Parts: sequence; structure tokens; C-alpha cells
Amino acid sequence: MSKLVIDRVGRTFPGVRGGGPTEALQPTSLRVADNDFITILGPSGCGKSTLLRIIAGLDVPTTGRVLLDGAPVAGPGADRGMVFQSYTLFPWLTVRENVCFGLREKGVPEARQIEVAHRWLGRVGLEGFEHHYPKMLSGGMQQRTAIARALANEPKILLLDEPFGALDNQTRSLMQELLLSIWETERKTVLFVTHDIEESIFMASRVVVMSARPGHIKADVPVPIAHPRPYTVKTSPEFSALKARLTEEIRVEALRAQVA
Amino acid sequence: MTPLVPVSPTRKIAYGILFFVAFTGVWSLATFGGFVSKTFLADPLTMLHEGYDLFAVHGFAKDIGMTVWRVFGGFALAAILAVPLGIAMGAYKPIEAFFEPFVSFARYLPASAFIPLLILWAGIGEMQKLLVIFIGSFFQIVLMVAMTVGATRRDLVEAAYTLGANASGIVRRVLLPSSAPSIAESLRLVLGWAWTYVIVAELIGASSGIGHMITDSQALLNTGQIIFGIIIIGMIGLVSDFFFKWGNRRLFPWWSHA
Repeated sequence: MSKLVIDRVGRTFPGVRGGGPTEALQPTSLRVADNDFITILGPSGCGKSTLLRIIAGLDVPTTGRVLLDGAPVAGPGADRGMVFQSYTLFPWLTVRENVCFGLREKGVPEARQIEVAHRWLGRVGLEGFEHHYPKMLSGGMQQRTAIARALANEPKILLLDEPFGALDNQTRSLMQELLLSIWETERKTVLFVTHDIEESIFMASRVVVMSARPGHIKADVPVPIAHPRPYTVKTSPEFSALKARLTEEIRVEALRAQVA
Repeated sequence: MTPLVPVSPTRKIAYGILFFVAFTGVWSLATFGGFVSKTFLADPLTMLHEGYDLFAVHGFAKDIGMTVWRVFGGFALAAILAVPLGIAMGAYKPIEAFFEPFVSFARYLPASAFIPLLILWAGIGEMQKLLVIFIGSFFQIVLMVAMTVGATRRDLVEAAYTLGANASGIVRRVLLPSSAPSIAESLRLVLGWAWTYVIVAELIGASSGIGHMITDSQALLNTGQIIFGIIIIGMIGLVSDFFFKWGNRRLFPWWSHA
């Protein structure tokens, strides 16, 4: 059974200052299986973030609906964890307090909160930083904390909106390996939005390619590379073949976006 | 001098002191040099002498105590009511739409213009002084707090929602803590303005306080006392400002603008 069903979800933004309305997302359907890792790949402004925000409940679709475990999504909730591209750790809370935020909101006893936070901070390699404030951390460490914060809440699905977009290349590669290794051991359902082709192939079992605005799904490409995937698969022939194919798909869209 | 290059701490203090030395120098030159008549401006030594007299003979310490009490009393009263209202306005847009036009209008009403009315309503007692400070501070605080809370980073609010926070969780655990340092900073600013209102309130219809002493000294053409009073006000302001800043740094160690 599908964990997440996106059923003809479309989003049109009303016109500003007399301009016409903008269709950001054409009615789009997608099914995500339990414990699947799907990346949504598309050029900037293709509506992929809009789709993710609708799933998170942070935006309302103009048409269609989103079902999680068969129940329609109506607003944001703890069952859909999200990691944003911008650094969204609460600056007034320490690393550990950030990770405990959702648990505290649920009323989990403090001792249990600390236990869970300890486990997840260990998982993302941040033991010893529990009492640091976010401003004392590097960008990569902040995003690791944000991943731990989302996972500590035990969401049914993890949504990531270009979480490594602001990081340098080396840090980004390490973060991809970290996230992939977490997924390989924890088996969460993950939906990951990115415009980076290599990133989309490396972690996913399926790459969903979106077209330029108005966005719609133009290709759904399975990634038949076995797990565990060490970083060396990025230079394997099958990886290169996929990369060549997706590069072509995206290039066409990027060109179209430029003309539009 | 290169733009934006910082100076060392010792130099910074030295430059700060240098200003006061230069100021006193010009003042001394003008008065001791006989360029300005003693009737209009007392020289620094006379000012210090008059200041000593104020404390020793006229019980000036009591006046200072009264003024400080009025400022902090009226200010605290305004803050206790204005901060919650400002938070409610910043967080909930219908509440903001209801109050904002009136508060924006009331903010421009000069507190000093209310003094005659307040004397009529509340007499010339302490209540009238507190009300002047209150009117002068309340609307300013409301608007500044509402603006701060309303400007909370939306991505932090969204992150809290995806972590399962409900509306009251957003207010208590995101809007409040993220706005707290700026609210404290606004209070520090408004406290500075409250000092100007209290002196005006004491210039009219008061029998104690620094402002009252200044009007008395004016009648006697004692410019030394007036200047001494003004300097005392400045010094109290400086000290309270220092404690406010120190407290903010201690309370909000995570804040980078402090």
C-alpha cells in the first residue's frame, strides 16, 4: 500500500498587482511506497518546493488532495517531518533543546526526550555539541541538527527541501552519505527535493523529474543501484548512464524555463 | 581613518573620555574667559559647588529618589500592560487590525500636552506624574512590540508547525522567545524617552523631583544648579542603560545583535 498518495495536486497563485494568476504546479499525481526514498528533481521555479510544502501542510493546493496512510492532509503536523533549505534551528535553543522541541510539544517526559535526543545526535555525529547554540555551529552541523530534530519526532515521512543547497560541495557529499546511511539502517519514507542531478541519483530508489513552470512530472526514473551505496558508486558506469539521461531531461527544462 | 575598521577597547574608552574633557574645556574657556555672562551660564566649578549644596543643604537626594520612582513606576505600569497587548497584536492579525489605527494615532499625541488635562483629572499628586509617563510610554511600547512579534522569521514558525506545534505552541515557544531580545531592546529605548516626560511633568505642578528643582533654580537664576540637575539626569540614564544592556546580554546569550 502507498504510504503517501498525491492525487491531482495543483497550485495556482493569485496575481499580484493586477497581474494574471501564476500556475506553479499543474495537477500532479504521485504514489510513494512505504520506506521508499524518492528524490524530486527539477530546475528552479518548477514548483517542486511548492509540492513539498503542500505535502507538509504549509501550503494549500488549489486542486486535488494529499493522503498520508489513507487520511487526507489538512495542515501541518508532526507526522510529516521537514528539513528546510534555510537554517531553521531555533537560535534561542541549544542543539539538544532543538532536537527535543517536537517531543516536548507532544508531552514526552524530559528524561525520555534527552534519551531520544542523545541517540539522534549520536546518529548524525554531533555528540559533545548538545549545549551549543546554533550560531556556534557550521552550516553542515546546523543541517545535521535539523535532520536529527525532524527524525527524533518519529514522523511517518521525512520531507527535505534542498537541505544541502547552501553547503559547499565537500560537506554536501558527506551529508548525502550520512542521510543515505541513516535511511539504509532506519528505513524511513523520504521525499527529497533537489536540483542537483548527482544528489538525486545517489540517494534515491526513484528520481521524479519535474518540468519547468508550470510544473508537472515528466519522468519517473528508477535507480537500480544496490544498497549499501558507498560514495564510489558515483563513478560507476550505471550511475554515469543515469546521470547522462537525467542531465538531458533537465537541460531541456532549464532551457524552456529560460525562454519562458 | 578607514571606514568600519574597529578601534581597540582602550582607545575607544580614551576617545569617549576625550570628548568630555574637550567639552569641559570649551565650557571653561567660555565662562572663566569671560566670554559668557555668569547670569546666563555658570562655570564648571560653580556648578560643582552648587551641586554639593543641593545635596548637603537642599536634600536633593530625595528629589532624585522621587523622580526615579516616578519614571520606573510609570514605565513599569506601561510595560506590564503594553507588552502583552503588543504580543497579542503581533501574533493575531484581527487584534492588530482592531487596535493598530488607534494606537498609531495615540502614539503621536505628545504626552506633555496631556499634563493640563491630567492635572484636572488626577490633581497634582503622584498619579498625575505616573500617568504622563504611562501615556508617553504605553503606545510606543505596544507598537514596537507588535512590530517585533509580527516580524518573527516565518521559516522558524513553519519549522515549529512541522514539529507538531499548535497555535499556542507557536506563540509561547517561537514568537515569544524569538522576540524577547528585541522587546527588551525596545523597553530600553522607551525608558530613555520616559526620562524626558518625567522632567516635563515635574516642571509643571510638582513639589519635588529633579524637574521641580530645575524650575525653582530658574526662578533664582541659578544656572549652576540647573546644569547640575541636567547632568544628574544624564548620568542616571547612562547607568540604567548600562544595566539594561548588561541584563540583555545575560538573558539572551544566543542573540548576536546584543
